[in-house]
Amino acid sequence: MARRYDTRTTIFSPEGRLYQVEYAMEAISHAGTCLGILANDGILLAAERRNTNKLLDEVFSSEKIYKLNDDMVCSVAGITSDANVLTNELRLIGQRYLFQYGESIPCEQLVSWLCDVKQAYTQYGGKRPFGVSILYMGWDKHYGYQLYQSDPSGNYSGWKATCIGNNSSAAVSSLKQEYKDNEMTLKDAKSLAIKVLSKTLDMTKLTSEKIEMATLSRVDNKTVIHILTSAEVEALIGEHEKAEAAIEAAKKDQKQKA
Amino acid sequence: MECIIGIKFNDFVLIAADMTNAHSIIVMKTDENKLYQLSNNIVMAISGEKGDTTQFAEYIAKNIQLYKMRNGYELSPTAAANFTRRNLAEALRSRNAYHVNLMLAGHDKQEGPQLYFMDYLASLANVKYAAHGYGGFFSLSIIDRYYLPNLTREAGYDLMKKCVKEVHERLIVNLPNFKVQMIDENGIHSLPDITAKALATP
Repeated sequence: MARRYDTRTTIFSPEGRLYQVEYAMEAISHAGTCLGILANDGILLAAERRNTNKLLDEVFSSEKIYKLNDDMVCSVAGITSDANVLTNELRLIGQRYLFQYGESIPCEQLVSWLCDVKQAYTQYGGKRPFGVSILYMGWDKHYGYQLYQSDPSGNYSGWKATCIGNNSSAAVSSLKQEYKDNEMTLKDAKSLAIKVLSKTLDMTKLTSEKIEMATLSRVDNKTVIHILTSAEVEALIGEHEKAEAAIEAAKKDQKQKA
Repeated sequence: MECIIGIKFNDFVLIAADMTNAHSIIVMKTDENKLYQLSNNIVMAISGEKGDTTQFAEYIAKNIQLYKMRNGYELSPTAAANFTRRNLAEALRSRNAYHVNLMLAGHDKQEGPQLYFMDYLASLANVKYAAHGYGGFFSLSIIDRYYLPNLTREAGYDLMKKCVKEVHERLIVNLPNFKVQMIDENGIHSLPDITAKALATP
């Protein structure tokens, strides 16, 4: 039965569903994980890098984290070629606003404009939706640091911490447990990001080449965007492993006493 | 023939425009308002081709209101000035250019008071004080002499009076009345009109 309704995006199924949009969301749940955490003094994005091969030439310094303008950065989960089209569109929207008003585009407006594009692809004929979810981090003078998430249907929402991609629901629930409202510093956020990623990525050992991380903060009334080097990521992973080992040792200690 | 004067101080900005509506060599009226409110804290003073002035000022004002409705916050004076310039510049390069000279005065919580000067060729300048029209020939030198960024609201208004007085005395054109508004962190305030009649009675 479904076959009659899932060939076109523009057609509702009898249960009132849009299968193509749901399939796009499904595609994203297999993609590399991205997570974002809002802190008091900044904001952070972290992403899992899937394409690791020592023969791969390092044409791109970052594979999944893109700078959009002076005040915004995004990270994508899903089909990379679709994502390139969307990040290009995001940058255009940002520059168009700058051209018209002489100021950086407010974060929510950029997200909202892009979601209008995404929504159009779920409605107009002969097109498939973009198989991409995006996490955006940014700063604007109206609402300060902000974290947004958008999906293929064209919905978007603001978050304090969230995750998209493979195993994202597990990551979100562990973020929910560990996130301390209004008490996080950027440093806490970094170690939390590594901790959550190490749980969700399902790897025996995290390595710096598997993880990309970027931070955004304000210094002297200017937005500073920093994409962490592999050495910095390695240091964070080292710290995390040390902390884990300490907890493990404490557990063992307690067991022996008992 | 028309005159617009704007002066920016440390925590407020004054803007004045003459109130004369002339057609050819005939004065039609002397109580016209050339100050347009663009938002809760931005005022535009505009002069030039009649019809163009009203049309352009209302077009900008309504678009700024539309922005506020769409986004829930207002455009800053800087963004509004850039937006106005963009529109004027694009119209200039089309078949239907607006022949208008204008000044934007506003107050922003982050940036403080702002004054922008723009002519019909869509050149934009952020200034401390400026004037459009022949009145500027006389008033600018007065402001140069007496301007201090930290003047009080009363002293600022008196400085504006001095300018208008000089225009009355030296300019051949008859511009008896000026409408004055002050914009500070509390918004837009109308000040008493500066009129030849009031200046004559000490």
